[in-house]
Amino acid sequence: MLDYLFNAISRFGQPFSNAIIKLGFACRFMLAILRHSPTSLLRFQLTMREIWFAGVLSVLIIAISGLFVGMVLALQGFDTLQRFGATESLGVLVALSLVRELGPVVGALLFASRAGSAITAEIGLMKATEQLAAMEMMAVNPIARVVAPRFWGGVISMPLLAAMFSAMGIFGGYLIGVKLLGLDEGAFWSQMQSAVDFRQDVINGVIKSVVFGIAISLIAVFEGYDAPPTAEGVSGATTRTVVTSSLVILALDFVLTAFMFRGI
Amino acid sequence: MKRGMIDFWVGLFAVAGIAALLFLSLRVSSQTTLPASDSYELTANFDNVGGLKVRAPVKSAGVLVGRVSSITLDTERYVARVKLSMDSRYHFSKDASAEILTSGLLGEQYIGVTSGADDKMLQAGNNFTITSSAIVLEQLISRVLFNKAETAAEK
Repeated sequence: MLDYLFNAISRFGQPFSNAIIKLGFACRFMLAILRHSPTSLLRFQLTMREIWFAGVLSVLIIAISGLFVGMVLALQGFDTLQRFGATESLGVLVALSLVRELGPVVGALLFASRAGSAITAEIGLMKATEQLAAMEMMAVNPIARVVAPRFWGGVISMPLLAAMFSAMGIFGGYLIGVKLLGLDEGAFWSQMQSAVDFRQDVINGVIKSVVFGIAISLIAVFEGYDAPPTAEGVSGATTRTVVTSSLVILALDFVLTAFMFRGI
Repeated sequence: MKRGMIDFWVGLFAVAGIAALLFLSLRVSSQTTLPASDSYELTANFDNVGGLKVRAPVKSAGVLVGRVSSITLDTERYVARVKLSMDSRYHFSKDASAEILTSGLLGEQYIGVTSGADDKMLQAGNNFTITSSAIVLEQLISRVLFNKAETAAEK
């Protein structure tokens, strides 16, 4: 009877203990990446290839999504602001929403879906086909050769992509507000400039996107490296990357916003 | 893909990212926060600051001359003590007045400074002697209603 009870308790606690073990492994993994970063960053071509893979290939989805998000914001914002006779503030609404929140957050969600999942699948498949084991046999450290360049490629790409998302969104807002709905162009830009502060809004947005870049890249390389070496294991790891990254982005966004914009 | 082509695309990506950041910094935002080295501090006491916030602009003749750096309660006199970080290019006379104004009907609140006729100038750490508090809409409406009620009662 007592054995049965102990077994039941241990079965109930297993997922929690597994999660703690996984978190501990992730911390050790992060330290290993940092330790091997100088050697992999010195081999510049490796990181360049990863920036191309994670950053350049994500530009199209980021730019088009940014444009449409800006256009929708302008349409919805105009409808609401018109009721208060404050349509000149449309530029402010579009710019602040994009620079502070939507640029870093939606950009990061798209980046996690497009680049994060691809990184996990690539590393997971390398593990499943025993390429990582082969590297170790040849005295090549897979963390320095495979993981660290992908991590830094993601970290460097993310803020640039978020800036592109915000810029394209503001351009989309301009197209709808000024060109389609006939707002005054001077008022649109001048009100935006007077309300958006470079240090408070733009720099904080960039800091957010750097933090998201670190989180997504770490989750993507970790899930790939930790994936069971089977087809099912790789597909599960890819899904986990997108789900975990999305939740972590939203949670981190709440924490960072509370720190950065409290009291405004 | 060849190494040269990867370098080309990554270079183009970096240029596009930096161009987007430059667009956000030059076209979308402004360097509105005054640098700490080029400013001096003045203080103004108000009976009521209304919705005035830290970093709100200080304007004179519509030109930005400073920013609100802190708002605290003076517990001896129970007035709001507002510290202003003023641009060192602009100086105001000793009898200058500071009032809390609202830009537009629903706009943000800011401090308007009107210079006086005194030859002596306000120095760092000095107080504005003449101040005018924010107009609180509820007080204004209740005053109008009381006046109406009084005139109706007199009739």
